[in-house]
Amino acid sequence: MYGLLISIGVILLILVIWMVYRIQTLISVAKGSDKKIATTSNKVNAFLFMAFLIGCGVLMFWYSIKEFDNYQLPIASEHGIITDRLFWITMAVTGFIFILTHILLFWFSYHYQYSEKRKASYYPDNNKLEIIWTLVPAVVLTILVVSGWKAWSDITAPAPEDAHVVEIMGYQFAWDIRYGGMDNTLGDYDYRLTSATNSRGIDFTDKNSFDDFPSQNVVIPKGEPVLFKIRARDVLHSVFAPHMRLKMDAVPGMPTRFWFVANKTTEEMRAELADEEFEYEIACTEVCGNGHFSMRRVIRVVEPDEYRAWVAEQTPFIKSNPDLVADLPADLKELADIYINEE
Amino acid sequence: MAVANVSAHDVSNHDHHDHEHKDNFITKYIFSTDHKMIAKQYLVSGMFWAFIGGLLSVLFRLQLGFPDMDLSFLRPLLGGWIDASGKLDPNFYLALVTMHGTIMVFFVLTAGLSGTFSNFLIPLQIGARDMASGFMNMLSYWFFFVSGVIMFASLFLEKGPAAGGWVVYPPLSALEQAIPGSGMGMTLWLIAMTFFIASSLLGGINYITTVINLRTKGMSFSRLPLTIWAFFLTAVIGLLSFPVLFSAALLLVFDRSFGTSFYLSDIYIGGEALPNTGGSAVLYQHLFWFLGHPEVYIVLLPALGITSEIIATNSRKPIFGYKAMIISMLGITILSFVVWAHHMFVSGLNPFLGSIFMFLTLIIAVPSAVKVFNYLTTLWRGNLRFTPGMLFSIGLVSFFISGGLTGIFLGNSAIDIQLHDTYFVVAHFHLVMGSASFFGMMAGVYHWFPKMFGRMMDEKLGHVHFWLTFVGVYMVFFPMHYIGIAGFPRRYYSWTNFSFSDMYTDLNMFVSVAAIVTFVAQFIFVFNFFYSMYKGRKASPNPWRSNTLEWTTPINPGHGNWPGEIPAVYRWPYDYSKPGAKEDFIPQTVPLSATPESNLPHENKLVQLEKEIMAEEGDVLVANESKES
Repeated sequence: MYGLLISIGVILLILVIWMVYRIQTLISVAKGSDKKIATTSNKVNAFLFMAFLIGCGVLMFWYSIKEFDNYQLPIASEHGIITDRLFWITMAVTGFIFILTHILLFWFSYHYQYSEKRKASYYPDNNKLEIIWTLVPAVVLTILVVSGWKAWSDITAPAPEDAHVVEIMGYQFAWDIRYGGMDNTLGDYDYRLTSATNSRGIDFTDKNSFDDFPSQNVVIPKGEPVLFKIRARDVLHSVFAPHMRLKMDAVPGMPTRFWFVANKTTEEMRAELADEEFEYEIACTEVCGNGHFSMRRVIRVVEPDEYRAWVAEQTPFIKSNPDLVADLPADLKELADIYINEE
Repeated sequence: MAVANVSAHDVSNHDHHDHEHKDNFITKYIFSTDHKMIAKQYLVSGMFWAFIGGLLSVLFRLQLGFPDMDLSFLRPLLGGWIDASGKLDPNFYLALVTMHGTIMVFFVLTAGLSGTFSNFLIPLQIGARDMASGFMNMLSYWFFFVSGVIMFASLFLEKGPAAGGWVVYPPLSALEQAIPGSGMGMTLWLIAMTFFIASSLLGGINYITTVINLRTKGMSFSRLPLTIWAFFLTAVIGLLSFPVLFSAALLLVFDRSFGTSFYLSDIYIGGEALPNTGGSAVLYQHLFWFLGHPEVYIVLLPALGITSEIIATNSRKPIFGYKAMIISMLGITILSFVVWAHHMFVSGLNPFLGSIFMFLTLIIAVPSAVKVFNYLTTLWRGNLRFTPGMLFSIGLVSFFISGGLTGIFLGNSAIDIQLHDTYFVVAHFHLVMGSASFFGMMAGVYHWFPKMFGRMMDEKLGHVHFWLTFVGVYMVFFPMHYIGIAGFPRRYYSWTNFSFSDMYTDLNMFVSVAAIVTFVAQFIFVFNFFYSMYKGRKASPNPWRSNTLEWTTPINPGHGNWPGEIPAVYRWPYDYSKPGAKEDFIPQTVPLSATPESNLPHENKLVQLEKEIMAEEGDVLVANESKES
């Protein structure tokens, strides 16, 4: 019933608009105003450009200021401070150009609207102007690029030797976390070894894997370099830790990496935001299938001491599941058993 | 001599033509080799695809803006893709964004824009009877048509169309186990794109050949309207980059169907380890973006060309910096081939390569900035007439600025770490590439409608259409910057799984409403278009008082465009409001010698030369006539 009423209403509305439109056209033909250029609608359009400039300009400033704390995510890494500073410097430069060019665009549209009394000025070129507005953007961009390039080279430089290694492996639709254990060295892996009990395809013939342990969350120390070794098992994924300003694709067959220094513990951030529930998160930003939007992992940033204590408490893979090393050659098995039986 | 002979030949040939040529429905409307009809075919196909592409975006905006909404009412349309509880299927959500991107980029903004206006305007504006090869031109349209039929069919597959994003990165697009859309849907996607690439190449070769070889007397490259320059360079870009997409697609076909490992390596999926090793998923990204980035300019340059023409005409002023505009476009053309890896800063690319591409990318901002300043200076001290075409052109300049500036963030690899694949990118390219090109297309339709159909579109409806669309587009895409800075990732079915993105439900709702309003507003245009085709006011021969050659043809140009000889060209196309001239425009066909009152000093020197050529020309014509009689 409602549907019928609504459709009748819509049809009536369309008919009314149609009638108005026809009458309007006929009147303009009768008056001969269709030949004129400086019509009312020309003036209205010119005015609307100014109205748009002012209206939307106010809206933009109001919303940008009101929402600042919402869209500006708190920063929790050292390089994040630098990239965010670059972001806001670029915002200042481009924001200035954005506002200036739009004022010119809409002001010219308004001010130079058609008038029969005036003739447009014949002004085909001016090489001096062209050179100025080629060089000025070129110089400004160079400054922006060079500062960006410096930050980029620092961020992508090889990780310090003592960086804590965390392996993050993406698969449909979650992340698996692995630590190198007390020696901070990850054991080899081979995707062909992947099985229900060995989801990461760890190669346990490599001694380094004996003390490797899994974790539900990414736990990292504050103030010390951390190296994410990133890989994927099935399709492309991308590790995105928004508060860390960190993103790197996970590619099957091509391990990638990203190192950084977290500068605020989860507890500190909770206190700062007055939010007891706050967690740092990892999301996936490379489309990977129907669960793409749900690949969540929590990063817990703790004080270095707490981190070391936590690492010492963890149980290696082979300790929780000794079957993993059941088939090893005798000499390796012996070594593995030492880890398994360690208290 | 040779030139004169050709044109004389054309005249006799054409007279002949008029008497014998009888079109039936099929040769006139379907398998037409006339560039104007092919252009209209492209335009109507483009409008159809824009409707489909827009509709898909409305569907996924419903999901994003109103995540709790009961979508059962869409079941008649979407069937099983709406589950029992009235929710959209997440796989189908990905299919929607994928097909929206593919359709909009390729079918609407490449075929619909270049296909329409390159076909329509190149012969008319350079003074040619038709394209260099009418048959190839027809083939180009019908390849595109076949491509469209296949892509359209894929929408109705049981397992859905391709769903790995419009970039169809492998391994996702190579493995059916990974997502249902990578089965038959992806196969059809690849077949459709193959036809599309063939169509683009056929069209592009034709455009290039026509511009180089078929210009009328006096139409030197330095007298070409900027539209033609833009179409010409677009065709060059397409010709060089589309084959690379073809190679990328071909290798993907091999990987999918013949067990090769170009892109696949070390994959464990669905409980089994695949035998593929040694391939590189990043290789595909390089190949794809080698087309993908130039593609941005393939859709944008024609729009910029169209607006250059429309802004000059309706400002009643020469375009400012004609040469600078051409140099900028040349610069963009060349640079567009060396910036592709800025889409891959965080793909695992060597960081050193990343810095190289950052430098190259930010260089391309310079010619773009020059173009913007030239547009602004063209408006300055003009006498602006706000036809719908002019309004859409000004809208384009605004989008080009807004979207172009955010490119400076994304081209900076250090800043891109955070912004890559967030809604900031979505906002950026929808403004600078999507909306700007769409506005260029709209501007072109309003401006050249009288030439296409001999009637005028309604101005007031055009104004309403513009304002609803202009404000609507900003209301859709401007808020996405905030959402993107907040870190919301792209292609997410829902954001509530993460606490950092569990907000802005109000803003997303606002965006969705704006998107629906903008989509509905397009029907004003559809109505205006089809109504005016039959019932619009009859157009005058030169309704916008424009200089270019197309307005010297009859109101409804027939085969061969000009009934008599093709007019010769004596000046550049931007002599608007020239001091001393009687009118505020001097068409390109008016000889300098006929306008001594307005000639500039250097042009007076050319008058002498012009007279000599015309005298020689006259001799030849007389000689030919006497020979024939």
